[in-house]
Amino acid sequence: MSHAATIHDKRPSTLRGASLPKWSPWAIAVGSIVVGIGISLAAGLDSKIQWGLIAAILFVLGTYGIAARVEGRRQAKDRVATSFVWVAFVIAVVPLVSLIWTTIARGVKVLDVYFLTHSMGVVADTEPGGGIYHAIIGSLEQVGLATLIGAPIGVMTAIYLVEYGRGRLAKAVTFFVDVMTGIPSIVAGLFILSLMLMFEMQPFGFAGSLALAILMMPVVVRSTEEMLKLVPNELREASLALGVPKWRTILKVVLPTSIGGITTGIMLSVARIAGETAPVLLLVFGNPFINSNPFEGAQASLPLYIYQQFSNSAGSGAAYDRAWAASLTLIAFVMILNLVARGIARWKAPKTGR
Amino acid sequence: MDISTYTTDAPPPTPRPTETERKRAARGATRPGDRIFLGLSRGSGILLLVIMAAIAVFLSYRASLAIGKDHGNFLTTFEWNTGLQPPVFGIAILAFGTIVSSIIAMALAVPVAVAIALFITHYAPRRMAGPVAYVIDLLAAVPSIVYGLWGALVLVPHMNGLFGWLNDYLGWTGIFSWDEGAPRSMLTVGILLAIMILPIITNVSREVFRQVPQMHEEAALALGATRWEVIRMAVIPFGRSGVISASMLGLGRALGETIAVATVLSPAFDIQASLLNPGGGTFAQNIASKFSEATPFGRDALIASGLVLFVITLLVNGAARVIIARRAEYSGANA
Repeated sequence: MSHAATIHDKRPSTLRGASLPKWSPWAIAVGSIVVGIGISLAAGLDSKIQWGLIAAILFVLGTYGIAARVEGRRQAKDRVATSFVWVAFVIAVVPLVSLIWTTIARGVKVLDVYFLTHSMGVVADTEPGGGIYHAIIGSLEQVGLATLIGAPIGVMTAIYLVEYGRGRLAKAVTFFVDVMTGIPSIVAGLFILSLMLMFEMQPFGFAGSLALAILMMPVVVRSTEEMLKLVPNELREASLALGVPKWRTILKVVLPTSIGGITTGIMLSVARIAGETAPVLLLVFGNPFINSNPFEGAQASLPLYIYQQFSNSAGSGAAYDRAWAASLTLIAFVMILNLVARGIARWKAPKTGR
Repeated sequence: MDISTYTTDAPPPTPRPTETERKRAARGATRPGDRIFLGLSRGSGILLLVIMAAIAVFLSYRASLAIGKDHGNFLTTFEWNTGLQPPVFGIAILAFGTIVSSIIAMALAVPVAVAIALFITHYAPRRMAGPVAYVIDLLAAVPSIVYGLWGALVLVPHMNGLFGWLNDYLGWTGIFSWDEGAPRSMLTVGILLAIMILPIITNVSREVFRQVPQMHEEAALALGATRWEVIRMAVIPFGRSGVISASMLGLGRALGETIAVATVLSPAFDIQASLLNPGGGTFAQNIASKFSEATPFGRDALIASGLVLFVITLLVNGAARVIIARRAEYSGANA
């Protein structure tokens, strides 16, 4: 923290002005917290967040004042910037920790084997009991089908962009892939919905898969592209020089070299679409009963289940408990996918030939 | 690795084809296997373009069906009554709510996200930087419905204190006056959106700050600059366009966020002068909450509002990409 010390060496020098000791930020932090609590108690504030804010403001002001007296203006500004960065970090961590903590603490209440293996078929939304089996089935089928459609198209597009793509078409594809990454999920849902309205179809699971596939493709393209670019050109040239056709070079040399990274990208995009609610709400509609046929009839899905438990709960604690438990299941699924994907990325990282 | 979606790298390092390479490629393309494979991969690329075009065409078609029968002005009407005979609906309130909530989210998230990115790249102790970056990466993967549930059941009750305080001290401005209703208002939505887009902006800014040429920083240090001066004179100027495009990517997500807004906001079709009183709505939230009881005509009207959202996000994301592309050219000359 005391970066002045990292720049200069430790010998006392006549070239160097006075500087605060290394422990001073901590001392100022402790001091401002104590004073902050004192002021808050005196003013009778009951919100802990306000206590924290007052302490943070005192810390920044105190740092500036003390450093400006001892070290001069420039050093004081530097210290304020440092403390602002630390404060911003702490402020950002608070809600994120709260989110994870609440989900785990409230989620474990009803999360058990019964919850994972039963549907909501005969349970009213406001009563305790029931589970998420139907939602898990729905989620797995919709996300699985979306991956079957989205992943190959995404990987092939990336191959086109890296291995073949030159000229105007490739530029257009690159640009629109980037723009497509930012399409709101509800717009993808509305697009499939407008097709369904045209053919007068009722909601079914596969319609959701199509919308999810649209959301997945650009993510897969971008990550696969990055991975293919990491494959050293020497490998391609060596293979081509042996007279291997380009398509076999891609299939047998380029893809195996980068397969770890590509798998990682696909898994991360699966994690992303598994949490999408909006398109599923429009296209799959939700269903308290088990429907394992994604091509006919409304289905449930985990994110949609959470939303419907929340909005149909009428304030019932049982529904909120189920929503939290389902959230915990969903987060666990997404996080495990993320961790496994990162593991694969590290384990199979392509050697860049350097 | 999900950051790779947003990387700001220069164009592919694939070298420009030499004469021999081009000949080889030309000969290769005559083999049937090569032709099929090229066709498949080019076809996938074209399919992506077709999907984008199809989204625009189909949304416009359904929207035109609805707007044709609208007896209000689609852009300026303050109502959403698709069930009336004749129907009257307009996007004025949705546009207002979407813009207001996104502005609040950006105002809160961008400074904090930039600070966290600087924290990871320049301030944090080495051993801490890696895990922090990793946790921020994971947080980008938390589904929005979970943010929504947390926002509605945890954040909203916690807002009472802040709202009371704002009302006491800033209530006279009108923007922060509060009628003691449940704090399910635009400000709460903005704060929740800020928390949601924080990881995205942080991730992209971090990548940009990491690319700042070491020489620039060392030169500044050698001239006696403090760490803050290094950041102000070397890091921020280099990363400015990257941070702008990162913010626009975050903006794109905030504009289109559906479920988290739908769970937190208690919507009403009016414009509230105060950010603290419930009311207003956003494009995506309106679609999600009105959809289940909408008539077939009502669905077309919702699709029309979705088309507006699509165009807005397209413009925002396109602009972000153009800024990134320009920066790539600039930094190449300069690194």
